[in-house]
Amino acid sequence: MSASKNEAAMPNRLPAHGLVDRKQLLSFKFDGRHYSGFAGDTLASALLGAGVRLIGRSFKYHRPRGVLTAGSEEPNALVELRSGARREANTRATVAEIYEGLEARSQNRWPSLEFDAGVINSLLSPIFVAGFYYKTFMWPAALWEKLYEPVIRRAAGLGRASLEADPDTYEKSHAFCDVLIVGAGPAGLAAALAAGRAGARVILCDEDFLLGGRLNAERTEIDDSSGRDWARHIEAELRSLPEVRIFPRTTVFGAYDDGLSGARTFGALERVSDHLSTPPVHQPRQRLWKLIAKRCVLAAGAVERPIVFGGNDRPGVMMASAVRTYLNRFAVVPGRRVALFSCCDDGWNTAFDLIDAGVRVEAIVDARPMVAPPLMDRAGRVQVPVYVGAQVIETRGSRSLGAIKLRERDGRLRRLSADALAVSGGWNPSIALSTHLGGRPRWSNHISAFVPGESPRGMTVAGAAAGSFTLSGALREGAAAGAAAAAAAGFTLAAPPLWRAPDEASGVAPFWHVAESKTKAFVDFQHDVTSDDVALAAREGFRSVELLKRYTTLGMATDQGKTSNINGHAIMAALTERTIPEVGTTTARPPYTPVAIGAFAGPHRGKQFSPTRLTAGHGWAEERGAAFVEAGQWLRAQWFAAPGEKHWRDTVSREVTAVRSGVGVCDVSTLGKIDIQGLDAAAFLDRVYINMFSTLNLGKVRYGLMLREDGMVMDDGTTARIGENHYLMSTTTANAAKVMQHLEHARQVLWPEFDVQMVSVTEQWSQYAIAGPDSRRLLECLLGDAVDVSNNAFPYLACAEFQWRGIPARLFRISFSGELAYELAVPARYGDAALRAIMTAGDDFFVVPYGTEALGVMRIEKGHVAGNELNGTTTAEDLGFGRMMSKKKDFIGRVLSARPGLTDPHRPALVGVKPVQPSAQLYAGAHFLALNADATLENDQGYITSVAFSPMLKGWIGLGLLTRGPTRHGERMRAHSPVRGGDVAVDIVSPVFFDPQGARLHV
Amino acid sequence: MRIQCPFCGDRDLSEFAYFGAANVERPDPFAADAPARFFEAVYLRDNPAGAHLELWYHAYGCRSWLRVARNTRTHEITGAALAKEHHATTAEGS
Repeated sequence: MSASKNEAAMPNRLPAHGLVDRKQLLSFKFDGRHYSGFAGDTLASALLGAGVRLIGRSFKYHRPRGVLTAGSEEPNALVELRSGARREANTRATVAEIYEGLEARSQNRWPSLEFDAGVINSLLSPIFVAGFYYKTFMWPAALWEKLYEPVIRRAAGLGRASLEADPDTYEKSHAFCDVLIVGAGPAGLAAALAAGRAGARVILCDEDFLLGGRLNAERTEIDDSSGRDWARHIEAELRSLPEVRIFPRTTVFGAYDDGLSGARTFGALERVSDHLSTPPVHQPRQRLWKLIAKRCVLAAGAVERPIVFGGNDRPGVMMASAVRTYLNRFAVVPGRRVALFSCCDDGWNTAFDLIDAGVRVEAIVDARPMVAPPLMDRAGRVQVPVYVGAQVIETRGSRSLGAIKLRERDGRLRRLSADALAVSGGWNPSIALSTHLGGRPRWSNHISAFVPGESPRGMTVAGAAAGSFTLSGALREGAAAGAAAAAAAGFTLAAPPLWRAPDEASGVAPFWHVAESKTKAFVDFQHDVTSDDVALAAREGFRSVELLKRYTTLGMATDQGKTSNINGHAIMAALTERTIPEVGTTTARPPYTPVAIGAFAGPHRGKQFSPTRLTAGHGWAEERGAAFVEAGQWLRAQWFAAPGEKHWRDTVSREVTAVRSGVGVCDVSTLGKIDIQGLDAAAFLDRVYINMFSTLNLGKVRYGLMLREDGMVMDDGTTARIGENHYLMSTTTANAAKVMQHLEHARQVLWPEFDVQMVSVTEQWSQYAIAGPDSRRLLECLLGDAVDVSNNAFPYLACAEFQWRGIPARLFRISFSGELAYELAVPARYGDAALRAIMTAGDDFFVVPYGTEALGVMRIEKGHVAGNELNGTTTAEDLGFGRMMSKKKDFIGRVLSARPGLTDPHRPALVGVKPVQPSAQLYAGAHFLALNADATLENDQGYITSVAFSPMLKGWIGLGLLTRGPTRHGERMRAHSPVRGGDVAVDIVSPVFFDPQGARLHV
Repeated sequence: MRIQCPFCGDRDLSEFAYFGAANVERPDPFAADAPARFFEAVYLRDNPAGAHLELWYHAYGCRSWLRVARNTRTHEITGAALAKEHHATTAEGS
């Protein structure tokens, strides 16, 4: 593309200078129209360069808005960036880097940005005053949901989030350093170099993609080179230091707690791929860092504050420092006839820079009664009209600025044509990170701004962030802070670096608000809070800054009031005749700038929310067509459908019938397994279980129940004694980790004198239940001479360890199904092979694999409790285990389980239920009511916990908790389920439906 | 927040599970007033604004139970010791 064509496409771009790469022309779209910019542009600089001034519509009044700032504090120029699933709302055009093909859209306008129907809200503005939510539309309340809220939500608002899943990935990472430096402006670079030269591990973060901060935006000199060249030079030296890491595009958004070592944790967001159309392969879009730093130098700079006057939101009105940034860094002029409205010396630099760049400056308006003579002289030399003691009271123009109206010192009104107005109300140090841990800022009369008070331990504030607004001060403080931080971390430097820079004029007089403005004067641009709203809050008594904030929503938008809070508080102070320190300031909390929820979630979303654990037999189960169910983190086979089976219940009934008439195999590897050893292992188990385990014979297994100390049941399982001082405990799948923590607590905290050690072996062993009348015959074929499984040698509740085909194996004769059953355990790496061997050996017996559903049906048929009954609200007595509680010893939960409330005979306790009509279905969660009782809370007598269709009983059965349940077998009640719609008559029966004598266990 | 595990070193908060006050001893279960004392030990807690001794479990580390001295106002951690060793020293001291 030719240079002339570039010029046509970028009418506001200067032909030379700036820090953009003019060799890399990039095209992008805004509201469907094509524009061009250069590599190194932000979306805001590219749009301004292309002559676009209208970027969006405001939140409440739909007023036209343009670009106010050139940084992360931007309240106005918010756009929807990208499209489709990658569309992100409320992105600040001032920090979004352009890339080839970028797409952006303006927000909060309909039907178009140029013509927006919502501007009618401006006419309705009496309705939208502060607190309108609380005052307007109060009645009738019914209309809120249907009318007011949808209308308001449509009319007021910002961008739209994408409704599609985010296709990009996010990472979380830790990094450690001696000195963390926040901000790579002059102070931060000086600090990094001082600390880096001392040999400290340094991390230097800056939210910008270019290091240097204001040096890139100003025409200052350090030693004998330009500030920006100095920044490149320092950056080059930093990159040569092996212990220095530089993180551009990284915002340190929060300061968090410190540890015993004194190192403090900081949160930071690295925008890894936001400047690209799509992230490179294997790269995340963003990376959330936890930075752990022994010392921190906060060199975050300062934010220039606006002045509140009528029409100060019109596109073309811009911060004076932003005008310099666009001019000096991006070679973009914001207008052809520029005026300046300032109350500080620094603002005047904008006028001088513009004049030097050949831009016409219409006027310098300074609200101060007196201005330092050197500034006046300099203005005189370039022949700019200066109005000292004057104020801009109004702006004019359709969609963007055309003229300003000012009131001179003597009261005369003057109208000046101007297409851009640069505004400077002074600077607010960026102190947020120094206050995140509760530090209160201190008011400085010298700079009319809050400066850090007491900073968090280990943090030093340097440069503009500390209120030192001269370049020489920033360099001196930065170098000293960096050297001191490194020294505190054990790295000393003979002599901190020294540089020569001017002590430029930085005088400022507090000036906040042009009181005689007749039109809307904005305090908070993003939330459309005006000076009138602040005045209304003052009149109505909402005078505390915290109430002002909530009543007017001042500072509550996504910019968190970076450009508005102090102005609002200053106006409140004036209205209530207090000083700003008396009015105070609101508390800043992390994050400093918005952080996407995706970054906090990191990789932990969807299937990756937590690990998926697979048993060694998973592949085999897949081959067999298993349906899987999540059990905690595990995937377990739920059932194995056979060809032709139409409903999963048919499958489950077949599996149950096959087990009860032949033999079946179920993978039970997911149950928790804890290996417990030591001289006091037996005594220890006596303390954690309600029943005795010291009396358990070697080679035997016993069912055990453990309570929490409050007397409620915690978990159950079987524990085998496989050595004199060696036990193997099993837990439920869901509670394995909780039980481990509980046991470690008992061992380390309650009874550290016990000689006992434990380790989880859940993942080390694969375990398979082999259940059914033919299970012994199957095992005889499978195990051969390895172990004698005859009823005499290996009776019910026996266990054995042995070698089988050259590998260690364990066998337990335990049964959850109520059938003759065994569980065979092998090291997990042989789990798959063992399972296939079981199936091969079982071929002659028509062995079937069965899943958790069949397991559940059989345990309900047997009245065995499981997770639904071990629900944290039941006692051992409730579940029918009252007599298992040993009277010969103490155990966890014993004392409190005897409390009156837990021994009340009226407590709901375990029963079985059957529908009176055999064909009727039962629903878990149904409540027990007397037959004629109304379905009210007072009549509630308990509830059904588990239900199943029993192929053995050919009907639905259930377990439940019914008040005085065990004494009420034979009664008839209603099982009422308002949620699922069922209301059936049921008979209360024994919870053991099948083989109540347990004869099948002992064959 | 970071906790200095005596076994593993300075580790991130996310590796630990919180339990509660560390100065609560399990009462003598055979004392005459055991029910009242257990009730107090299980349910009644001070809620100090400031120094607090509490138990943390290094679940994603060495599985040690730690006695951690934390300031509930500032999250400042001024000490972390193995709960097991604390018990041994107090037993010797008494």
